[in-house]
Amino acid sequence: MRASLKRSLAGAALTLAALAGAVPAVQASADQQFFPLATYRVGAYASSGVQVWAGMIDYLNYINEVEGGINGVKLVWQECETEWTAEKGIECYERFKNGLDGAPVAVYQPNGAPAAYALSERAEVDKIPLITLGYGRTEATDGTVFPYNFPVMLTFYSEASSLINYIAQREGGFDKLKGKKIATVYHDSAYGRETLGPLKLLAEKYGFENIQIPVADPGNEQSAQWRQVRQLNPDWVFLRTWGVSTPVAVKTAARFGFPVDHIVGDIWASSSEDVLPAGASAKGYLALTPYPAGADFEIHKRLKQYILDKGKSDLKDLKNFGSVYYNSGLVNAAVAVEAIRTAQGKFGKRPLNGEEGRWGLEHLNIDDARLKDMGYFGLMQNLKLSCRDHEGGGSARVQQWDGASWTLISDWIPADRALLRPLIDEKSAAFAKEKGLTPRTCTGDE
Amino acid sequence: MSIAIPRETAPLLLTQRSVPWGLLGLLLIAFVAVPLIGNDYWLNAILIPFLVLSLAGLGLNLLTGYTGQTSVGAAGFMAVGAFATYGFLLRLPELGLPVALLGGGLISALVGYLFGLPSSRIKGFYLMVTTLAAQFFLEWLFVKFPWFYNYGSSGTISAPKLALFGHDLNTPLGRYWLTLVTVLLLTWGAVNLVKSQIGRNWMAIRDMDTAAAVIGIPVKRYKHLAFAVSSFYLGIAGALWAFAYLGTASASSFDINRSFQILFIIIIGGMGSIAGNFVGAAFISLLPILLSHAGQALFGGSVDAGQLQNLQKIIFGVLIILFLIKEPEGLIRLLSNLRDRLRHWPLRF
Repeated sequence: MRASLKRSLAGAALTLAALAGAVPAVQASADQQFFPLATYRVGAYASSGVQVWAGMIDYLNYINEVEGGINGVKLVWQECETEWTAEKGIECYERFKNGLDGAPVAVYQPNGAPAAYALSERAEVDKIPLITLGYGRTEATDGTVFPYNFPVMLTFYSEASSLINYIAQREGGFDKLKGKKIATVYHDSAYGRETLGPLKLLAEKYGFENIQIPVADPGNEQSAQWRQVRQLNPDWVFLRTWGVSTPVAVKTAARFGFPVDHIVGDIWASSSEDVLPAGASAKGYLALTPYPAGADFEIHKRLKQYILDKGKSDLKDLKNFGSVYYNSGLVNAAVAVEAIRTAQGKFGKRPLNGEEGRWGLEHLNIDDARLKDMGYFGLMQNLKLSCRDHEGGGSARVQQWDGASWTLISDWIPADRALLRPLIDEKSAAFAKEKGLTPRTCTGDE
Repeated sequence: MSIAIPRETAPLLLTQRSVPWGLLGLLLIAFVAVPLIGNDYWLNAILIPFLVLSLAGLGLNLLTGYTGQTSVGAAGFMAVGAFATYGFLLRLPELGLPVALLGGGLISALVGYLFGLPSSRIKGFYLMVTTLAAQFFLEWLFVKFPWFYNYGSSGTISAPKLALFGHDLNTPLGRYWLTLVTVLLLTWGAVNLVKSQIGRNWMAIRDMDTAAAVIGIPVKRYKHLAFAVSSFYLGIAGALWAFAYLGTASASSFDINRSFQILFIIIIGGMGSIAGNFVGAAFISLLPILLSHAGQALFGGSVDAGQLQNLQKIIFGVLIILFLIKEPEGLIRLLSNLRDRLRHWPLRF
């Protein structure tokens, strides 16, 4: 090849070699707890993802530096890009599942629905608990069939029930729901269809008319759906969309004259990225969320003091401090940390492995006092998981968009989990039958 | 006395058959070395996806590389195979895994045949559009009708029980054996197929289908056969992708991006070759992992993680451009040129 090309290649190689020696990669040791971070900083969801990882990393830094680790055990983490695909998610999991330099893995967050589904059975075999907060397999709520899958805090079933309870609150009681019309505009995918079952059951119980209107992926054009909504004239609309279909839905609803303050978005249609593109027509839009937006919770004050003001935050754009996605990262990290802390109470103040992490998750009990200690009071709900109940929470709060920011307009609204549990048990029993599994019996201390 | 007329006899051996040392070496590594020293990461994240993608590339190559019918619907046919195999394993478990895989492949072949019927009338870009329609239709089909995924709430399928003659195949090594044996059997079948009359007819159709029709090759029949055989391979690849690799799949695992990925595998690897699929699959699926490890090892602490990821994607894209400029016929041609050069070394050609 030509001499100049050879020289430039040699120069590039030398630069690489020089840079390589400059700063060492992440190093861990056997007395630390490894926290794998399966991220997506590239791809269609990168702009939201970046905030989630910032929330997680900031909280982990806070735990390490301010609290000295979890009971003295420092955390070490390494990122691995998944691009929100299943293949990279599997590759990252396989890379990390044995820990890093002797530091073991206690819990794993797949951070992406395709990866969560692909890993759900591997995790059972490898005995590493998967935490899928707000996504993942709903039937994994039944911990007897899914010992290592944890759809913590809020599944789509609970979200549907929370919505109905909120609407009942607004209408003045459950008896007022009879005869009302509640339309669900949903993204026609597995995600959007998850709430078909629970809403049908709730409609039978409370006597409201349950209208389901699908929107084909990606949902750039929704005139037909909202014209139908206009004709039916429901009292409330449950918006079960995500990505670009959310702002399009809000804009189209405003165009057809449906009052935006009677549209309640689901948890994946509840961030500022979802409403800002809709502009002024989104003012008054409501959304359910298990991790409300806001930067004035106690934990934010602490993070601002110890992490942000010292320039150690992972956030590149500090405007996103306190956004929905940033707070979701905080909440995800908190659940993992508290699970490890709970497990340390039984197994000793040392780095823990997957089985011990599972024990910690199944005995997780975060009450008001603990939330106040952590600084998460108001940001996170009470969680009490068990062997039979891998969800543990089931409440959501409602926030409203005023054109520039989100304001919380309700307290934690619990779902009617007892009503929905038979649906979940039916699905988990079908799964167990399909796989020839025997569900384990819960004695209380396994 | 007459002069003795020298008699020229034809050489007794028309072709020189040599022992394929390279292939034997690779088979040795695959059957002996990997099970001995392979760990979970290598089996689960590197070898199994590589083998399954090679099989998928092989399927598409039979259609696009050998018969010249451009298709961007590969992932749709993979989905048919995956869901059909799931249906067999779920509803007729007594048939067993090999029959379920074959059944999935056959149903996929039928669907491929149906979507290949337009090839009797249209060619080139227009045929590509019908395969695109197949891709979107099949992806929609497996989301819309819950019967396909047994009414599960998340729309996903997972293999009920991967077992062969009593042995549980659900371990990384078990799934590796399943994938390796299936891929080898199907590759051997494909090699024989392309060397036979069928393969020669396909190549004639690809090179000049009017001339092929003139010399008497039933062009329509062979085109439909190509669609069917290609979809058979893609269906089995899809079933393996869903059950031997992912574990749990849904229609979105077989979206248009997967179709493009397989098309890129055969373009980079070499259209119209069998070994090219393996090289292409290694390039497309394994090189990003190598770049990711290298990036992590070299720049883990110093460069921002998002920038590092984007840098890897840039490098990958640049490598594709460079290789295709250097050798448009694909990496396999590059490798075979290299092999020929080595034969003549130290003489240059």
